[in-house]
Amino acid sequence: MILDGKCPTGPIETSWDRHRFETKLVNPSNKRKFKILCVGTGLAGGAAAASLGELGYNVHAFCYQDSARRAHSIAAQGGINAAKNYPNDGDSIYRLFYDTIKGGDFRAREADVWRLAQVSNNIIDQCVAQGVPFARDYAGYLDNRSFGGAQVSRTFFARGQTGQQLLLGAYSALSRQVKAGTVTLHERREMLDLVVVDGIAKGITCRNMVTGAIESHWGDAVILATGGYVNVFYLSTNAMGCSVTAAWKAARKGAYMANPCYTQIHPTCIPQHGEHQSKLTLMSESLRNDGRCWVPKKEEDCEKPAGEIAEADRDYYLERKYPSFGNLAPRDIASRAAKEQCDDGRGVGPGKRGVYLDFADSINRLGEDTIRGRYGNLFEMYEKITDENGYKQPMRIYPAPHYAMGGLWVDYNCMSNVPGLFVLGEANFSVHGANRLGASALMQGLADGYFVIPYTIAGYLATVKPGEVKDDHAEFKKSAEEVKANIDKLLSINGTKTPSEFHRELGKVMWEDVGMARSKESLEHALKRIPEIRDDFWKNVKVVGSNEQFNQEIENAGRLADFFEFAEILTKDALNREESCGGHFRTEHQTEDGEAMRNDEDFCYVAAWEFKGVGVEPELHKEPLKFENVKLAVRSYK
Amino acid sequence: MKLKLHVWRQNGPNDKGRMEVYEAPDVSPDQSFLEMLDDVNLVLAREGKEVIAFDHDCREGICGMCSQVINGVPHGGQDRTTVCQLHMRKFKDGDEIFIEPWKARAFPVIKDLVVDRGGLEKIMQAGGYTSCHTGGVADGNALPIGNDVAEYSMDAAECIGCGACVASCPNSSAMLYTGAKVSQLAVLPQGKVEAHRRVMVMTEAATENGFGNCSNHYECQASCPKGIDVKFIAKLNREYMKALL
Repeated sequence: MILDGKCPTGPIETSWDRHRFETKLVNPSNKRKFKILCVGTGLAGGAAAASLGELGYNVHAFCYQDSARRAHSIAAQGGINAAKNYPNDGDSIYRLFYDTIKGGDFRAREADVWRLAQVSNNIIDQCVAQGVPFARDYAGYLDNRSFGGAQVSRTFFARGQTGQQLLLGAYSALSRQVKAGTVTLHERREMLDLVVVDGIAKGITCRNMVTGAIESHWGDAVILATGGYVNVFYLSTNAMGCSVTAAWKAARKGAYMANPCYTQIHPTCIPQHGEHQSKLTLMSESLRNDGRCWVPKKEEDCEKPAGEIAEADRDYYLERKYPSFGNLAPRDIASRAAKEQCDDGRGVGPGKRGVYLDFADSINRLGEDTIRGRYGNLFEMYEKITDENGYKQPMRIYPAPHYAMGGLWVDYNCMSNVPGLFVLGEANFSVHGANRLGASALMQGLADGYFVIPYTIAGYLATVKPGEVKDDHAEFKKSAEEVKANIDKLLSINGTKTPSEFHRELGKVMWEDVGMARSKESLEHALKRIPEIRDDFWKNVKVVGSNEQFNQEIENAGRLADFFEFAEILTKDALNREESCGGHFRTEHQTEDGEAMRNDEDFCYVAAWEFKGVGVEPELHKEPLKFENVKLAVRSYK
Repeated sequence: MKLKLHVWRQNGPNDKGRMEVYEAPDVSPDQSFLEMLDDVNLVLAREGKEVIAFDHDCREGICGMCSQVINGVPHGGQDRTTVCQLHMRKFKDGDEIFIEPWKARAFPVIKDLVVDRGGLEKIMQAGGYTSCHTGGVADGNALPIGNDVAEYSMDAAECIGCGACVASCPNSSAMLYTGAKVSQLAVLPQGKVEAHRRVMVMTEAATENGFGNCSNHYECQASCPKGIDVKFIAKLNREYMKALL
């Protein structure tokens, strides 16, 4: 099937304004009759729930944490982009739009990206009004820094905790609506099924993580803002609870999963230290404003302390390969370059899987205090984890799974192919194409939540009779029974291996075969291994405790079961996409100097996969991508 | 390293609870405290025993989910560090470690080391915000805010809402937590408008939810993983007095 993203036609500069005018409205006095379920309370979900509550809808928000303020958006460090052009350095909505399309390696929808760039300016204003303490210069005006993939300074920040401050802003707006009675919060709830009635999303089934109760919630619309899936690699920068579960349950009910192979491996993470490690920690990309990446030129120097390697024997590989962007090359490119150096035997640190990020030049130029002012908390975090002082010796970094550009397929209204199911933020696929630029995730989450969904959901709700289907419908009972049966099955296996052992096993296959570099051979190997481990899981997993209590083993086992099914689709998508673009690098498709080689002739489309059952071939639906405002070109940062 | 752990086990809010002893036989100094507990849990799970329940999520010191009292000190006593960022190199071979949940009347135990911090939510919902609607706000640069004011506000805004301040306080006071939010907003022009009402409703919500008054022990600042300064409690008191006048 050829999918239609329902994007507005005509001049792109006015596309969103025209669409807003053409979208139906819901009368203010009717809004409270509509019940909207919002799963996830990060930047996208929190902002959506708050804004919809303000409009007067009856909103129910769900999160697996004990507080809406703890969603993983909180961990974003560096900043948020906006086309304000405050520094007068040539930025504009058009330039942000262009940079995002190019940064995504021409695999995103133009209209969606334009809208994102357009509303980016409103986001900054909104956050300032909420009391987000963005960095200010001495005259009291908002300060900016640079991020990868851009030649202008358009990133707003609050020390190294921008995600935290933006999320607390959204959380404060959400708290205000809880007080006002328009939003009801359901914390420590995990969504375990989407309830679909006659092809339309009408509710969710979730588990109360304190009591184990299986709960049914009906809604006139369901919003998923449930983040990304890179914990499929086991070790990633995501929080421990991040999973594909909510999105995958929707996929099992018919929602298409789009471009799952577009995964972002972030270049600046603290390298892995041992077998017992549970997660990897990101060091903000903003560090590359003042840090220089290098490895020794000679293999025999790799064991020496960094200070003993002469300047002439250092290879500043990003500056060498990409002179115009240098250390601020986009993430996919910087990650692959780091891997290349290590594959070449010139990595540093344990297992020689690391490169240096060196601040010595900046400290000499600006002084240690200035660097501390900019990144103090990041240096502290680095020292806590590695026991090394980043001011005195270069940091060691290595790429790690960080973000999912792929996600559930949505149209221009952020609605999936299942009517009534909306998907926001990282959970959808829409704006980042094959590679996300730094400081754009925060922008997208808040754009979707504050400024897109409040308009587009009305267009759908205007066609729906409020409360037509409630939780007394047979589908809710059926869904709850299936959820309970699945939990009982997990508990009854009583095998020999724990969920975390299986997760490690799956993660190893995904990282080695479907990680930074993929080939037909490695992907086919993964497609053999994933079902084997999955079968073993269903025969041999050991989940201790019972359902009727707080039980983290059940949570982990359930999430892992979904990762197993999802991992296969991710890998199939990577195998299908016979080209290299952005975060998806097929070794068969590269230029002579190792750069990604796109194939626009055959693959300029969104791949949306329809799940047909475990062990059954998924069906591929395509949405062709049209580029009318940006010319398809080879993406160069040289 | 080989360690002996004394861990609080409590099977639900109605269970009386007790300390139980576990061995951690093979601990690497590079592991985080929670990764050490993961290993203990792995052994328990393999033996078919219930694992030690503890809250955690981001494991990089920012989400505020982790909440353990280690050797009597919330988050374990390393300066400005959450449990998840506490690394085992701070301990030595043969150490005995005592691990308990946040202890405060306002934080009932859910299971083992997991507590209910819903009271903190109620304080925020009472008034921890500016009452601005989405859209229709002024340009971000319309109102210059001095660098010093923005920095002061940010110092307060760093609070991660973990509740260590409450857990360390002999009076279970949430005044550092409340004071941080009140101060962050009170100094900003956009938050000033509602400053009087905000301080009244937030402190009232704190009292209603079982949090005590400040008794000047400064344990909150000492245990705060973000180093939030007690000057924000003084600021809270000043704001409160201003609101009374």
